[in-house]
Amino acid sequence: MKYRSVFDIIGPVMLGPSSSHTAGAVRIGHLARALFGREPRAVTLHFFGSFAKTFRGHATDVAALAGVLNIPMDDPDIRNAAAIASERGISVAYVPEDAVPAHPNTLKVELSDDAGSMSATGISIGGGMVQMTEVDGFSLRLSGESPALLIFHKDAYGTIASITRLLAEGCININHMEVSRSDRGQTALMVIETDEQVAPEVIENMNRQKNIYKVITLNI
Amino acid sequence: MFRNISELVEQAGDGSISGVMLEAEAESTGKAKEEIISRMADQLQVMKRSAREGLQGLRARSGLCGGDALLLDRYIQKGSRLTGGAFPRAVNYAVAVNEANAHMGIICASPTAGACGVLPGVLLAAQEHLGKSDEAITMALFCAGAVGLVIANNACISGAQGGCQAEVGSAAAMAAAAVTELAGGTAEQAANAAAIALKNMLGLPCDPLAGLVEVPCIKRNAGGAANAMAAAEMALAGIKSMVPCDEVIETMYRIGINMSPSLRETAQGGLAGTPTGRRWKSLLWENESPQPQP
Repeated sequence: MKYRSVFDIIGPVMLGPSSSHTAGAVRIGHLARALFGREPRAVTLHFFGSFAKTFRGHATDVAALAGVLNIPMDDPDIRNAAAIASERGISVAYVPEDAVPAHPNTLKVELSDDAGSMSATGISIGGGMVQMTEVDGFSLRLSGESPALLIFHKDAYGTIASITRLLAEGCININHMEVSRSDRGQTALMVIETDEQVAPEVIENMNRQKNIYKVITLNI
Repeated sequence: MFRNISELVEQAGDGSISGVMLEAEAESTGKAKEEIISRMADQLQVMKRSAREGLQGLRARSGLCGGDALLLDRYIQKGSRLTGGAFPRAVNYAVAVNEANAHMGIICASPTAGACGVLPGVLLAAQEHLGKSDEAITMALFCAGAVGLVIANNACISGAQGGCQAEVGSAAAMAAAAVTELAGGTAEQAANAAAIALKNMLGLPCDPLAGLVEVPCIKRNAGGAANAMAAAEMALAGIKSMVPCDEVIETMYRIGINMSPSLRETAQGGLAGTPTGRRWKSLLWENESPQPQP
């Protein structure tokens, strides 16, 4: 089931005018920022489908940028996201795309700074609910409703077991897990959504395991 | 957890859909019922604030809409000429909340922002008319939420996926069920009210001018509220929907996926494609900061 709580329907409390095109865009921005882990210096927002046609009218552009800037969903400052970004010296580009996406409300967020860059794509499925569908070229399904780990690793036997063993030892329950391989060589992505937040020492331990390239944590 | 409306009615038994939703929420989240009710009471206060804000006579930046809730308020105070009771106020408050939304005010999506006027419109008007407490309206919101959850999981609630029938249609079904229970109807009557309300909005496209949640969205919320009231009156009179609610929900989904993309929130077809719609689009989309028109 896509919607679990009564507050997915009677909510969110948000700034108008559109739950899918404004609130959903804020949420995708929040998740992209959380995955990047820090404030970016440059932001490029790509709009697809219905987003590409109506992003100005629904303030999807302003909303997505506000999300990347970590402005809360019900904060009237969302309206001033462009001015806030320029005050902080963050460069922003908006790109309406012609390509027809799998879901009509698709937003791709590219974030970068001197230390690196990341791309993340999300879809807004209605009523402010979203799913992240891509990170750095890897496809995934991430609701952002629970804490999550994104583990980039070498596609080798025993790697998944080494991670799940650490979670078991930390008494962390997994509520959703998936693994995808890119065609870019031998890298794979493990996405693990958990009931509890994963302690920093467990993450450190994961980073020390063989064949682990990078661990991104999403703390909700 | 219930998977469809018939399970919801069955689980309610002689009790209410609101009660089933509250139990299910407590069970799935592990939270105390008092905490869940208190959060819902907060959502109701957001709805009330947005209605009050809209009644001030807000004008949207685009120049496309605004001030209509205030006109209705004055008209009703002088004595509306055709209908009375909760009906004209339901229309009035639905417009007010949606004008607040178009003005980028703080609203509670129910189930979406584009359709956020229907449920408060119906429930706040019924509250005044029936003299109900905030606690009673808060419980009615659980009934609305239960119907919305079924629709969202078995069909869709976004205009981009299913057209306006998925947004205002869903909101009308939710409001119809909630106000039926509020007025003393049974769970089965509430389900019939939801089915009737949604049937009456099947096929409705999402075709706003210039892609803004303004025209025709605000008046469609008023239409959704009026339709919810009509459906609730029928259900309370003992009228049944010949097609069961779950089949109506499935129908809404099938109509939605067969609807041309030009009618699903792309500002291309329907009213958006009229000469007036195209004129507003070129006016508003060329300008980076739209100015109000005379």
